[in-house]
Amino acid sequence: MQRYIFSRLIQSVCILFGVLSIVFFMMQMTGDPVSLLLSRHATPQEVEALREELGFNRPIAIQFTSFISKAIVGDFGKSFRHQLPAMDLILERLPATVELASTALLISLILGIPLGLISGSNPGSFWDLMSRGTGLLGQTIPNFWLALILILVFSVNLGWFPSFGRDTWTFMGMTLPTRSVILPAFSLSLFTMGQLIRFTRSAVLEIRSEDYVRTAYSKGIADRKVYIRHILRNASIPLISIVGVQFGYLLSGSIYIETIFSWPGLGNLLAESIGNRDFALVQAIAFFSSFVVVALNLLTDIAYGLADPRIRYE
Amino acid sequence: MRKILEVKDLVTRFYTFDGVVHALSGVSFDLYKGETLGIVGESGSGKSVTMMSLLHLLPSPPAKIENGQALYYGDADDKPDTNNKPDADNKPIDLLKLNKSGIRKIRGGKIGFIFQDALSALNPVMTIGRQIGETLIEHLGMSVQQAKTRTIEMLEYVGIPEPQRRFSSYPHQFSGGMRQRTMIALAIACNPKIIIADEPTTALDVTVQAQIIELVQRLKKEMNMSVIWITHDLGVVAGMADRVVVMYAGAPVEIAPVDELYYNPGHPYTIKLLGALPKIGEKESLRLESIDGTPPDLLSPPAHCQFAWRCSHVQEKCWKIVPEQKEISSGHYAACLFDFADKTPIPPLM
Amino acid sequence: MVKRENMDTNSTGSTVSNQMTTGLAVDEKQETGFWHFVKYIGKLLARDRAGTIGLVMFVIVVMSAIFAPWISPHDPMKQNLRYAKKPPAWYQEGTIQYPLGTDNLGRDICSRIIYGSRVSLTVGFFGVLIASSFGIVIGLFSGYKGGRVDNIIMGGVNMILALPYLVFVVFIAAILGSSLLNVILIFGFTDIPIFVRITRGEVIKMRASGFVESAQSIGATSNRIIFSHILPNLIGPIVTIATFEMSAMIFYEAGLGFLGLSVPPSVPSWGNMLAIGRKYLVSYPWIATFPGLAIVFTGLGMNLLGDWLRDVLDPRMRRIKK
Repeated sequence: MQRYIFSRLIQSVCILFGVLSIVFFMMQMTGDPVSLLLSRHATPQEVEALREELGFNRPIAIQFTSFISKAIVGDFGKSFRHQLPAMDLILERLPATVELASTALLISLILGIPLGLISGSNPGSFWDLMSRGTGLLGQTIPNFWLALILILVFSVNLGWFPSFGRDTWTFMGMTLPTRSVILPAFSLSLFTMGQLIRFTRSAVLEIRSEDYVRTAYSKGIADRKVYIRHILRNASIPLISIVGVQFGYLLSGSIYIETIFSWPGLGNLLAESIGNRDFALVQAIAFFSSFVVVALNLLTDIAYGLADPRIRYE
Repeated sequence: MRKILEVKDLVTRFYTFDGVVHALSGVSFDLYKGETLGIVGESGSGKSVTMMSLLHLLPSPPAKIENGQALYYGDADDKPDTNNKPDADNKPIDLLKLNKSGIRKIRGGKIGFIFQDALSALNPVMTIGRQIGETLIEHLGMSVQQAKTRTIEMLEYVGIPEPQRRFSSYPHQFSGGMRQRTMIALAIACNPKIIIADEPTTALDVTVQAQIIELVQRLKKEMNMSVIWITHDLGVVAGMADRVVVMYAGAPVEIAPVDELYYNPGHPYTIKLLGALPKIGEKESLRLESIDGTPPDLLSPPAHCQFAWRCSHVQEKCWKIVPEQKEISSGHYAACLFDFADKTPIPPLM
Repeated sequence: MVKRENMDTNSTGSTVSNQMTTGLAVDEKQETGFWHFVKYIGKLLARDRAGTIGLVMFVIVVMSAIFAPWISPHDPMKQNLRYAKKPPAWYQEGTIQYPLGTDNLGRDICSRIIYGSRVSLTVGFFGVLIASSFGIVIGLFSGYKGGRVDNIIMGGVNMILALPYLVFVVFIAAILGSSLLNVILIFGFTDIPIFVRITRGEVIKMRASGFVESAQSIGATSNRIIFSHILPNLIGPIVTIATFEMSAMIFYEAGLGFLGLSVPPSVPSWGNMLAIGRKYLVSYPWIATFPGLAIVFTGLGMNLLGDWLRDVLDPRMRRIKK
C-alpha cells in the first residue's frame, strides 16, 4: 500500500511538472505580452524598458526556470488587469466554485446512484428504460443550454429561483449556500448524473453475474442481504474512482454555468480573463485547476486502494 | 441403501434471442446416502446446469425449468423443521417446487455447493471469516461471536494452518489449494446432507488436486454426507466415485456403478470416452483416441439420438428415435438402442 | 424473440421437431459473405430499436448538412430587419414564412440550424479524423514496441488525460483565435490520447491472446502482422469510440461558440446561435431554444448509434446469448 501511494504520488508530481511546462510554452504562443500592457502609442523605448523590467528579454530557458521556481511557491505573477497577484484572485473565487461543484456532486449522487441501482437490478423493466433514458439525456443535453431553459422556466416564468448571482447567509460563523445555488448546480450536475446512472447500472449488472454472487446465493443467504453485502459493496468500489474524477470535472468544468449565472467563481474568472486577454491569470487558473484535478485523482486512488483489500494488502 | 435425492425428467431451457436452447432434456438419476456420485461429460453437456437447476441458481430469464421433479429425502435424525416441515415425517420435498424461502433453507443448509474456481467464487472484498460466518448466522441463527468460533473450527477442520489468523484474511492472500479448502469449509459449515462439487479441482495442480479429493472423501465419511462430484476427468471419477452418470447433450447416456462402467461400458459415447483416456502401460497404441466431431448445437436438437453424428455404430433407426434409458444389468442403465455391454471389453485401468 | 412453435415436449422430456435438420446448426451460423452481413445487420437493427432510431437521427443530421442549400427556406446569412424577432409559426405573431422564427437581425432560425449542422459535422468529422489517424499510429507503435517507448508515450497520454479538458481547450482557443480550422485542430490534437489509449489497449490484448506470436512464428513480418492481423480487429472499437468522440466534439464546439471562441460570429453555428439567444433569452426565448434542441437531437442520435455499434462491431458479441 505504501508503495502504491508512493508511486501515485510520484506520478502526480510528474503530471504537474508537465502541466507547468505546457502552460509556460502556451504563454509563449500568445505573442508579446508587453504589447497588451502598453497603449498602442507607446514608443519602442518604453516597450523595451517594460520588457526589461518584467524579464521578457531573458533567454527562454532562464525564463522557464524562474517561472517554475516561482510557480512552486504559488507565485504566478500579477494579473495585468487587476494588478493583483493571480493566486490571490483565484483563492478569492475558490469558495464559490467549491460550493457550486459540491452541490452539483451531491445532486448527481442523490439522483444518479439510486437510478443506476434500480436500473441495474431490474434490467429491461420500465424503470430501467426510464433511468437509461435519463442517463442518456444527461449526457447529451448541453449544460449551457439547459441552464438557459431552467432560467426561462424557473426564474423568469415561475420566479422560484434567482436567475443570476450568488447569495449566502451566515450562520454561527459559517457561510452557507442559499437557493441561488440550486439552478446552476442542477445544470452542472446533469452530465455527472448521466455518467453515474450508466456507470452504476453497468457495475451492478456486471457484479450480479459474478461467481461470488452465485456462491452467496448458494449459501442460502436472503436476497436482500446478498444484494447489500455482496453486490452493492463490490459495486461501490469502482464508484469511488468515478466520483473522484467527476468531482474534478465539476470543479474545473463550470465555465459555462458560472458565466450564465454570473456566479463569482473560478470559471467566471477564467471567462473574464480570456475576454480581457489577461493571460497571466488564465495561465494561473489553468495550472490551479489541473492541480486540483490531479490532487483529487491522487486522493481517489488512495481511497480506492483503501477500499479494495486486493490493493490494500499488496 | 436409502435414496437421499431423486431427480426425475428434469428439463431446463434457455430462452435466448437466437432461439430456445435445450440445455437439459430429461435428466433422471438417484443419489444414495453416503455415496459419491460422479457426473462426467464434455463442457456444455449440462452437468452444471443440472445442479444449478436443483438449487434455482440459474438466472431466470433466460433459464426456465420446464419439467421434472427433484425429490429430497430428509434424514430421520434431522431436526424437525417447524416452518417448512421438509423432514418431519421423512416425506420427500420437491426442490423444484419450493418457493424462495424454502429453497434458501436447502441451499447451504441441506445442500452445500463447491464451485470450480475458488478465486472468483469467493467475494474478493470480504474476509474469509465473514463469508463462512454469514452462512452460519443465516442457517443456524448463531451470534457473531459463536459464528466466529465455529468458523475457526471449520477452517482448522479442512486443514487451513493458523485458522485464528486466517479468519481475517482475504481470498487473494490464499494459495489456490487453501482457497479451495475455504470453499469446502464454506459448503460444509452447516452440516449439509449433500455436497455438490462442481469441478473443484480443475484449476489446481495435480498434487493439490489429490489433497482436495482426499479431503472431500474424509469429510464425506466423517460427516455422513453424500457427494455429487462433477468433472470432465474420468480418471478422477475412477478413483473416488461409487457410481457414475455420463452426460451428453443435456441428458444422461449412461448410469452405472464405477467398476461396471469402466469394465463394461454400455453406450458408444462412454466407450469412446474411455478410449480417449490415457492409459498407463499400454504399448501398442501410442495415439490417444479422440472423438470426432463436436457436440450438437442445443439450439435445435432433432428428435433422435444426439450422439448419432459422432457414433461409429450408427444405424438407420438411430436417426429416428430418441433412445430411452434401459437397464442392461442391475443398476446399470444406458440410453442406446443397441446393447454394447460385454461386446467391447476394455482392459482394466490400473 | 423467436419461439419455435413446432417443438413440444413428450413424456420423457426430449424434444420432437417436425422438421428434420442436420443438427449441426453450428456450421450454418458460420456462413459469411456480403448478403449474410446485410441480413445480419438488418436482424440486429430489428432487434435493437434504439440503434435504429439513433441511425435515423444521425442520417437526418448528415443529410441536412449535405443538402443544406436545397432544403433551407432562406439564406442563413440574409438579414431582414423588418421581420426581426419573429416567433415560430405556431405563435399568433409568427408567419409560416419563418417556421422557427427569426433572430435579432431577422435571419431565419430554421435555415441557420440546417446550415449549423455543417459546422458541427465538419468539426466532428475532421477532428475525429485527425485524432484517430494520429492516435492509431501512435497507439500501434506504442503497443507493438512496448518497453521504454511505450512507457514514455503512455506517460504523456495519461498526463494529458488527467488535465481539466475544458479549461485547456478554452485556453488554447483563446490564444489561437477563432476560426474553423483552429477549432478542428484543437479538438483533433487534444483528442489524440483517447485513440492512443484504445488502440494500444487492443494491441496489448491481442498480443496477450497469442495470435500475434503465432503469426510471427510462421514468419509474418511486422508490417504484415500490423496491417492484416491487428488493424482489422481494431476497426470495431475505433469506430465505436469515434462515434462517441465525434458527439463530444460537437458538444464542445457548441460550448466554445457559446463563449465566442469558435467560428466567427457571422457564421451560422449552433454555438453562435446560442450565444445570441442568451442575450435575448427573456424576451425572445426561441432564439436559444431551437439550436439547443438541434444539439440534443444530434447528440442523442450519435450516442444511441454508438451504443449499438459497440454491440454490433465487437465480433465477440455476435453470438452472445442475451
